[in-house]
Amino acid sequence: MTLLRHILAKLGWYAAAFAAALALNFFLPRLLPGNPVDTLIGQALRGHASSETKQRVYETYIAEFGLDQNLWTQFLTYIGKTVQGDFGTSFSRYPADVASMVADALPWTIALQLPAVLLGWLIGNLVGAVAAYRRGGFDRSVYLSSLFLTAAPYYCLAVLLLYGLAVALPLFPAGGGWSFGLKPEWTGLFAVDAVSHWFLPFLSLLLVFIGGQAIGMRSMAVYEVDADYVRFAESFGLADRKIIGYIFRNGMLPQVTGLALAIGTLVGGALLTEIVFSYPGIGTLLYEAILNKDYPVIQAVTLLVLVVVLVANFLVDVLYGLIDPRIRAAERGER
Amino acid sequence: MKALKALPPRFHTAAAVFLLIAAAGLIGPLAAPAGPGDLLGPSFRPPGADFLLGTDHLGRSVGIQLVHGIRTSLYIGLLAGIAGTVLGVLIGTLAGYRGGLADEILMGLTNIMITVPAIIVLLLLSISLDTRSVTVMGACIGAVSWPWTARAVRSQIASLRQREHVDIARLSGSRTWRIIAVELLPYMMSYIVMAFVIQLYGAILAEAALSLLGLGPSGTASLGVMLHWAIAWESIRGGQWWVFLTPTVFITAITFSLLLVQSSLDTVFNPRLRAGKAAR
Repeated sequence: MTLLRHILAKLGWYAAAFAAALALNFFLPRLLPGNPVDTLIGQALRGHASSETKQRVYETYIAEFGLDQNLWTQFLTYIGKTVQGDFGTSFSRYPADVASMVADALPWTIALQLPAVLLGWLIGNLVGAVAAYRRGGFDRSVYLSSLFLTAAPYYCLAVLLLYGLAVALPLFPAGGGWSFGLKPEWTGLFAVDAVSHWFLPFLSLLLVFIGGQAIGMRSMAVYEVDADYVRFAESFGLADRKIIGYIFRNGMLPQVTGLALAIGTLVGGALLTEIVFSYPGIGTLLYEAILNKDYPVIQAVTLLVLVVVLVANFLVDVLYGLIDPRIRAAERGER
Repeated sequence: MKALKALPPRFHTAAAVFLLIAAAGLIGPLAAPAGPGDLLGPSFRPPGADFLLGTDHLGRSVGIQLVHGIRTSLYIGLLAGIAGTVLGVLIGTLAGYRGGLADEILMGLTNIMITVPAIIVLLLLSISLDTRSVTVMGACIGAVSWPWTARAVRSQIASLRQREHVDIARLSGSRTWRIIAVELLPYMMSYIVMAFVIQLYGAILAEAALSLLGLGPSGTASLGVMLHWAIAWESIRGGQWWVFLTPTVFITAITFSLLLVQSSLDTVFNPRLRAGKAAR
């Protein structure tokens, strides 16, 4: 019952955050003076058409994009269409459907980010716990290198890896999702090729994420290391591996929250990493949309990222309520 | 002063690196023989006697762009960092000291803003501005980066205001703002300094990320803008290392040194970390 109340209370907050996000997503770009259709026509016709043709094309586009209605009607239409999964038509690749453009890019991004997040979380926390327990030189070197990995923006590490391991030392392909001449299909040849393109961006995300988690875990575990149960376990000679396991489990709770808070930064950073590698995911889609002022695509991507981040945060919150009884007690006011 | 001596050696190294880079950004543009946008030579000339750091795809000097870029990035960072810290401390103090409904509303807003990723809000703001001056960019970044500081300040103020000296001040009829300025904020100075360093770090990163996406300040060089062009003109795959490595190395050096400064301040000011160190 209390868990349900915990979930409902959280759900209320996330609904408010979602409403704010939706409104921001719609109204902020529309503060823009000028009209996206002008850009579109400028690109499409390149000044070759007569002014009469231009006028006709202009009116068609205005009607098609619904720009002749007032802002509130547009907002309601936008919400209605969004709920149906209709994100409109791309400006730069007219008449391509934005929803299918996003759907094409999404699997690449998921394949890149999901393993990096999960593996990075696990490895990072283990490394952090070991560092806090071992102390000394190992601790210092783990701490400094983790600090370096988190301090350097995602894309800087990506630039260094790309140049070092794909250009200067050509071990891996230098960007893209697959080799020139191949088509995405379910064959062994394509799979091998795709994995070789996937590895460098994956590695760069993994390293950054390990760094961030290791720092968080280390600062948690530093307190655990001095706890009585660790001293007690040491006193009768329990194996280090066992003790680190206990430290890991105790330090893990705050790290679950850490994961929730990191999701936003992580997704944003990972999208920028894709740009460096010209990986065919959401990040590159967003980058090209910004260069081409392709507002429907930009808004679809920002909305997608907002929704994913909110849902991920919500899931972590629920998970947290499930695994930590203290949270539920605090909600009841018992503390 | 004693606290300053207790700082680990890595603090001094990191602070020195940051100040050197800042000095280059301050003095460099004055000493440079040409502007960052001037086409001075052939494109993609490697570093040599004519151009210390080579030229980019248009034949602009990378070295001159670098010093201007550092200046822009630091200016935006400082502006946004100060704005974010001031807003965060103000909102956090108000919520923590007043409590009640003001607290609920302000912290609700803070929590929503923490959940919605700042980079996305900045991106939406930036595409709605056709020309982005450095000041506007700094203001935008500052306007979205305060929630973390506000949340932390609020929890500290909420516990500080239970102290006896605050009660005495209140009973003797001090006004709210006087209590906050005299009885509460001095206890938080070390925390506010650390929050500012983190805000500065975050703002420099945010500027670089936006610029990398092609939403950087118009008509000027910044470290992120340099990296944007380096990537757009394929200089990584072309092997023109001086073009992309220069902004990459400097962004990393600035952010890493700031984070080191913050973490060493933390070991001195955070009593839990300090006690842990002494016990060993």
